[in-house]
Amino acid sequence: MDVKEIRKQFPILDQEVNGKPLVYLDSAATSQKPVQVIEAVNDYYRRYNSNVHRGVHTLGSLATDAYEGAREKVRSFLHASSTQEIIFTRGTTTAINMVAASYGHTNLEEGDEIVLTPMEHHSNIIPWQQAAKATGAQLKYIPLQEDGTVSIEDVRNTLTSNTKIVAIAHVSNVLGTVNPVKEITKLAHEHGAVTVIDGAQSTPHMKVDVQELDCDFFAFSAHKMSGPTGTGVLYGKKHLLEKMEPVEFGGEMIDFVDLYDSTWKELPWKFEGGTPIIAGAVGLGAAIDFLEEIGMDQIEAHESHLADYAMKKMQEVEGLSIYGPEKRAGLITFNMDTVHPHDVATVLDSEGIAVRAGHHCAQPLMKWLDVTATARASFYLYNTIEEIDKLTEGLIKTKEYFGDVFA
Amino acid sequence: MSLHSNNLDTLYRQVIMDHYKNPRNRGELEDETLHVNMNNPTCGDRIQLQLKVEEGKIADAKFVGEGCSISLSSASMMTDAVKGLPIDDALEMSNIFSLMMQGEDYDDEKFDLGDIEALQGVTKFPARIKCATLAWKAMEKGLHEEES
Repeated sequence: MDVKEIRKQFPILDQEVNGKPLVYLDSAATSQKPVQVIEAVNDYYRRYNSNVHRGVHTLGSLATDAYEGAREKVRSFLHASSTQEIIFTRGTTTAINMVAASYGHTNLEEGDEIVLTPMEHHSNIIPWQQAAKATGAQLKYIPLQEDGTVSIEDVRNTLTSNTKIVAIAHVSNVLGTVNPVKEITKLAHEHGAVTVIDGAQSTPHMKVDVQELDCDFFAFSAHKMSGPTGTGVLYGKKHLLEKMEPVEFGGEMIDFVDLYDSTWKELPWKFEGGTPIIAGAVGLGAAIDFLEEIGMDQIEAHESHLADYAMKKMQEVEGLSIYGPEKRAGLITFNMDTVHPHDVATVLDSEGIAVRAGHHCAQPLMKWLDVTATARASFYLYNTIEEIDKLTEGLIKTKEYFGDVFA
Repeated sequence: MSLHSNNLDTLYRQVIMDHYKNPRNRGELEDETLHVNMNNPTCGDRIQLQLKVEEGKIADAKFVGEGCSISLSSASMMTDAVKGLPIDDALEMSNIFSLMMQGEDYDDEKFDLGDIEALQGVTKFPARIKCATLAWKAMEKGLHEEES
């Protein structure tokens, strides 16, 4: 994989921030976009912007073909068996909310259990809290190991015959933990439960095969995988989606509308009320083409190399605490003793280095870590070893800068 | 050292770091007081401000909480500055601070802002303005509750 060549395709990376070359280490929040994606969205608006599935004119057909073509690209990317299982959403949050509001509200009742982990992003906690409140079901958490991983033994001990839904991140956005979602799904199925996998942090970085995982629902966002914001996908097994009620009602999702009753379109369109985010889907399709041309295995190997190197280098910085397991996806969450993560991020920014600081939408996990906030450096296919060296140098300088204060 | 750029030093002025290192009024008031909790939900900073209001004046002010150098030093300076002020004056000072944070002109005659003016550098770091205003927002909220 030629990272230099790849970087040339991301125009935003070629700039200075605060007088220093930009080092973008916040791809877990949102990734940058290659020119192929920017052009695809641009081309759609310049050449064939039109509404989809309506009317008979030529532009309408072009837009529909591009939109449905993107759906087929997603199907193939996830190795789903049918495009009927691919629903375009606004992002991972919307996708999980759809499952909680539709599947959850219909299938949960008092005494049922929804099983989560403390490492979930807020968007994989709150929809379930709401579903639990509405139905009388209960939330249960699989405890974490000390290093921030989940043991299959604990999963086995947490699931019961009352468990109806197991919702878990494929990759933790804070710890970088890669969860054994295939094994968890197998155990969930043995108890008659379905799994909902939050794939926001895995899909951009590794090959995902929903049939191999055998998960029932899988959600991800386009913007973290070099696609546009405002677009995401809910994958669901066809037999489950067929029995689910739509969450949004209105234009385009209907079959017949009468004054007092209506019927729905077939899958996947019954879940896509209103004019969809057409340009977003087109951009996601272009992002998938871009990533697949490079190869997901190559991308994963590159990021794994970066993460290993960063772990080694950052552990050499005195006073740095790193959270999460040794073996991890391409992100490192850390704190510098005596310096608040905001201050770390501000000093790094003055060096042109962009990292995230805060609670990363994972307040329960912050509590588990016993911190109020952390800093996070996250990597993608365009990051380099030299950039990790700059990060490490920046951290040493941060320590020196504030060292004077606390001396 | 290269990092001692003028830009960073306008943010991390010595007086700010002094308030961060040795916060004034950090702790809890013993008497019956007004408690205001305020979070910055995007970053996890949280502060509990405790005000003792007597005869329309802020008789005492303390805070507890977690946050970055900017939010904690601002809380330290704010509690120092409003002690002894009538409610109206404290609210007016808060307005002045808000104008300062927005980089707008403000009346620097009415109050002796003292250390607070060191926070002016924050205006050059838009992402950090919310840190500086957290304690002030808590104070406003508390006083408005007291008034109503």
